[in-house]
Amino acid sequence: MGYTVSEKILARASGKEEARAGEIVKASVDVAMMPDLTTILAVNAMKAMGVEKIWDTDKVVIILDHVAPASTLLAAEIHRDIRKFAKEQELKHLYDVNSGVCHQVLPEKGHVKPGRLVIGADSHTCTHGAFGAFATGVGSTDMGAILATGKTWLRVPETIKVKVDGRLPDWVAPKDVILHTAGQIGADGATYDALEFAGETIKDMSVSGRMTLCNMAIEMGGKAGIVEPDDKTFDFLNERTDGVYDPVHADDNAVYKSTLNVDAESLEPQIACPHKVDNVKPISEVAGLKINQAFVGSCTNGRLEDLEVAASILQGRSVHEDVRLLVVPASAEVYLQALDSGVIQDLVEAGAMFSNPSCGACFGGHIGLLAPGEVGLTSSNRNFRGRQGSPEAWVYLASPAVTAASAVAGEITHPRDL
Amino acid sequence: MMAGMKVSGKAWKFGDDVNTDLIVPGKYLELVDPHEMAKHAMEGVDPDFPGKVSEGDVVVGGSNFGCGSSREHAAIALKYVGVGAVVAESFARIFYRNAINLGLPALECPGISEAVSEGDSLEIDLTGGKVVNATTGKELDFVPLPGFMVEVLGEGGLVTYIRNHLDEW
Ligand code: SF4
Repeated sequence: MGYTVSEKILARASGKEEARAGEIVKASVDVAMMPDLTTILAVNAMKAMGVEKIWDTDKVVIILDHVAPASTLLAAEIHRDIRKFAKEQELKHLYDVNSGVCHQVLPEKGHVKPGRLVIGADSHTCTHGAFGAFATGVGSTDMGAILATGKTWLRVPETIKVKVDGRLPDWVAPKDVILHTAGQIGADGATYDALEFAGETIKDMSVSGRMTLCNMAIEMGGKAGIVEPDDKTFDFLNERTDGVYDPVHADDNAVYKSTLNVDAESLEPQIACPHKVDNVKPISEVAGLKINQAFVGSCTNGRLEDLEVAASILQGRSVHEDVRLLVVPASAEVYLQALDSGVIQDLVEAGAMFSNPSCGACFGGHIGLLAPGEVGLTSSNRNFRGRQGSPEAWVYLASPAVTAASAVAGEITHPRDL
Repeated sequence: MMAGMKVSGKAWKFGDDVNTDLIVPGKYLELVDPHEMAKHAMEGVDPDFPGKVSEGDVVVGGSNFGCGSSREHAAIALKYVGVGAVVAESFARIFYRNAINLGLPALECPGISEAVSEGDSLEIDLTGGKVVNATTGKELDFVPLPGFMVEVLGEGGLVTYIRNHLDEW
């Protein structure tokens, strides 16, 4: 019986010959990442454990992203305390409020590598499985224990294989693949499991698209989303890391809990309707619904190719007079690329608002809240009640292309029909 | 109350997919004082909850309780508002870990939502894997927690556990 990617990585990380699904292992963490709003709780937990110094100044990464720059006094104090902590600890990697969303910045800055164990104090840490790492989110007390000891306990997950084959039709994006998958598997259908994405469509997909897939593993309850590393992975990583990798591949006879086959060619754009991520419908069933706000950004879809597709739709057109369109790049690197390529010019000319890299309008923080009764369409990952402002608002999830086309039309619209 | 790995208290019932945004909305994520978080426990579902719940009461959830973000604020708020245990059909994994790590028992008990009405008195034997509804006399079994988690709970949570076992960890 062979092993899945997760079993192999967790065996290596816990110094064992083998690890099987269901086992609880004590694993050494390769990268521990914290965003601004969970750091202080983790640091307090570490100190309460009787430890004053983090276990490794090179393996801990802090990224100030959720409220960036600070829009409240409390956030300003949190940022101040984190900066002070980082100095005291001689932390090598603090990315300040000008950097971007943690899940974009972490791989961009070369902290993620295939075969590694990445733990983040943020639920969307599963994003980093796009590079063949085992990456999962934990809360602050777990992170406190990692800061103190460099280790954590993990149950080795069972794995669901999601096999995607066929060419994606025009205007159908990786986001549509993952929304469709969430609709099929359900919001708790992968609880405690890893999702391995495989098949021809995944091989052809950009690194950015693979990040979109893995990012949303948690929306099915998943512990990790994983794509095996290939030349595209290494092309992305080579200019950012020391180039020394320990890539891991699943065995042909690995044991999977189940397999979901997705036929990419038959997909149309997908929409997740309020208030659950698995309430997914093909766009043909939702088209025509009026929207008040559209958001392109977040760790799910705030990368250059997302902004580019939005700009390609908005170029020479205007945002509908009844719609606010917010565009927030996921990182400073994406921001600069978008400046360079003229994407920002096209977006702003069409009437979009452009903001500095941050979590932006994704979680009802400091940008673009929805009023009671309003409808928001977003390229981010959660449509929970109250996620983007009022609990009386309605949030729909879609790809950047559908979000942009709908911002022009004023209602949910297939880009083909503009 | 948790005495000898037993919890007893009144049941407060919630439905399926109660996510962490509902337990503690995003606008309170800047809070670091657990007592302040407790004032907003369950705000997205029942804003009056902190005023009604008593020390040791039991939150009864449906499936996928605590799904969504990794914010420990959700489990902290429940613990500090006085909740003695959370029993649900199933849990999202990060909430589950967070609760155990804080010393707040989280028990997966299929059938619990049917077996319990709001206000019923519950007695839970954590190590024995049994929930008794003292109001109706009904009993339900659950798979007892793995040994490691019982140890963590028994020592009051992961903070004290790590403090006690720093050398071996
Ligand atoms: S962009 Fe949204 S989902 Fe991603 S880390 Fe920020 S708040 Fe979380």
